Amino acid sequence: MPVTNSPRTLFDKIWDDHVVERIEDGTCILYIDRHLVHEVTSPQAFEGLRLSGRRVRRPDATVAVVDHNVPTSDRSKPIEEPQSRLQIETLEKNVAEFGIPYFPLRSASQGIVHVVGPEQGISLPGMTIVCGDSHTSTHGALGSLAFGIGTSEVEHVLATQTILQKPAKNMRVSVEGKVGPGVTAKDIMLAIIGRIGTAGGTGHVIEFAGSAIRDLDMAGRMTVCNMSIEAGARAGLVAPDETTFAYVKGRPFAPKGEAFDQACDYWRSLASDEGAYFDTEVTLAAEEIIPSVTWGTSPQDVLPIDGSVPSPSDVADPARAAQIQRALDYMGLEAGQKIAGTPVDVVFIGSCTNSRLEDLRAAADVVRGRHVAEGVRAMIVPGSGLVKHAAEAEGLDKVFLDAGFEWREAGCSMCLGMNPDRLTPGQRCASTSNRNFEGRQGPDGRTHLCSPAMAAAAAVRGHLCDVRELAKETV
Amino acid sequence: MDKFTELTAIAAPMPTENIDTDQIIPARFLKTIQRTGLGKNAFAAQRYDADGNEKPDFVLNQEPYRHAEILITYDNLGCGSSREHAPWALLDFGIRCVIAPSFADIFFNNCFKNGILPIPLPREICDELMDDARQGSNSRLTVDLERQVIVRPNGETIAFEVDPFRRHMLLEGLDDIGQTMAHDTEISSFEHRPSRAWVPSITIGTVK
Ligand code: SF4
Repeated sequence: MPVTNSPRTLFDKIWDDHVVERIEDGTCILYIDRHLVHEVTSPQAFEGLRLSGRRVRRPDATVAVVDHNVPTSDRSKPIEEPQSRLQIETLEKNVAEFGIPYFPLRSASQGIVHVVGPEQGISLPGMTIVCGDSHTSTHGALGSLAFGIGTSEVEHVLATQTILQKPAKNMRVSVEGKVGPGVTAKDIMLAIIGRIGTAGGTGHVIEFAGSAIRDLDMAGRMTVCNMSIEAGARAGLVAPDETTFAYVKGRPFAPKGEAFDQACDYWRSLASDEGAYFDTEVTLAAEEIIPSVTWGTSPQDVLPIDGSVPSPSDVADPARAAQIQRALDYMGLEAGQKIAGTPVDVVFIGSCTNSRLEDLRAAADVVRGRHVAEGVRAMIVPGSGLVKHAAEAEGLDKVFLDAGFEWREAGCSMCLGMNPDRLTPGQRCASTSNRNFEGRQGPDGRTHLCSPAMAAAAAVRGHLCDVRELAKETV
Repeated sequence: MDKFTELTAIAAPMPTENIDTDQIIPARFLKTIQRTGLGKNAFAAQRYDADGNEKPDFVLNQEPYRHAEILITYDNLGCGSSREHAPWALLDFGIRCVIAPSFADIFFNNCFKNGILPIPLPREICDELMDDARQGSNSRLTVDLERQVIVRPNGETIAFEVDPFRRHMLLEGLDDIGQTMAHDTEISSFEHRPSRAWVPSITIGTVK
């Protein structure tokens, strides 16, 4: 570990503490503390191990869960889709063969990998965490270095518990001040992406800082870090603080007793030093952020809810103009139209971005005493079995069901439409997920990303609208 | 992994920014448990209509580009998910080299791991190469990794940068895992550092 007295960032410290060795040209062998595995990006990796006669180096640092493919409806029946079933069965066979701890579909704790990891205390501050899924950045909310890897790297980590990487650049995004009513972590993150663009963070790890970030609860910090990848960054993280420790304490796989206190001392020492160097710094004023939605087919196509859709004639670059036109055509929107008032067919509240208990509470607060608008299909997909259970204990399921929402089982669901939860062509969806790419939620489906509260508001009004207006009404 | 040394091939121009991994291979095709076979569904939404017929205006449905082994695009190629299915789909289609002003990090990495060479070059140069590519089947580009140059049809050469370690791995067709396993002693001693004592293990019976 290089001993250095110069001030270091949170990222630098975690990085330095995990470098096994520097090999050629600055590439490092980086040790991985936690490897999370799911059914979609792992079969070829296990197959690779088998073909080369390699074993899993640290099954006790590896945890598998099924999430992407799983049905979120009645689970008493076998999975209908043969290919989804095969992928899940393949994972089950692999975890059995290689001795890897696994949350099966029938587990009460099963859920989206990025919800389950923190919830179980499997993901902890100061760790390096990888998973064959780009939204692994979510776990950075704990103050860990967490990033997505491809399947070849999954195989590399299984075999060696390390990955080969060069250090990223440091970026700090500070959000200072207090957000206004109705503004959530999702709106903060959409505002950040709107500002820096989907390539703004390329090559960087983003540390989210500033009073508005520190004020967020862990669920909010996870929402922010989750979408680091939509800002182009390799990972996102927040310095661990008392909020973090209170969250971690008592989780099933977190250190206990004295070990916990010792770990906290270490975690506290990780915060970026005064004067640490950031290659890029961006600051946003929290007061200026208002509830937002996306209008186009890239997460950077963000609009405040009182805004209007851009026009190709607004921009000088012909390639950009063509892209705006293409997005407008795809989304079925007119240049210059107000985004509020756009009717929606489907509302999806779920995904690793926004499916935690706090997210469901925020949605329920909007829905309570109201009803889903005529003709709108609205669904809630909790992030894990435990989230679902906790929500039911608070009676949230009843709030949603009474209002006409579907109350489903945990999984990725309509976030990417690998299971039967999919948009049909032309359908328009207010979604709390993280990607509005063409076809992401189903072929020719149209996605508007927003917060759980905004999605809930769209469900009851039947169109995209400002959640703050609903708050003014008495129900 | 196949070696990459020199490639002389047809290049397909796709003058679009932010070509994301969902475009390269839509999620519904991720259910495979193999690396091969994804090429027929590469760019599925743009390539086929609802009935599965080819859309004639899409570049990879046109001659000679259906035989392209090089793809040239605008900024931020491969943004989106970490799915290695994206480079697998490109490779299975026949693409061995991608050229763009910039790439998304994970995709960039994933390309190398599968024997695809990603080359970042300034937008103006990408435009020039796209013009070359538009000249049709007699207009091939040569990508020479040994010399780190692209040779245009007019004979002009364009130098490009590539990480020396990655270049070495590609030229030799080496697998990272074997290389890293040679550092087993260092990895083991790292694992036993006293400062890591707080990191809990997860025993198999405790996860249910
Ligand atoms: S919820 Fe969506 S973004 Fe998150 S892991 Fe699942 S598919 Fe990926």
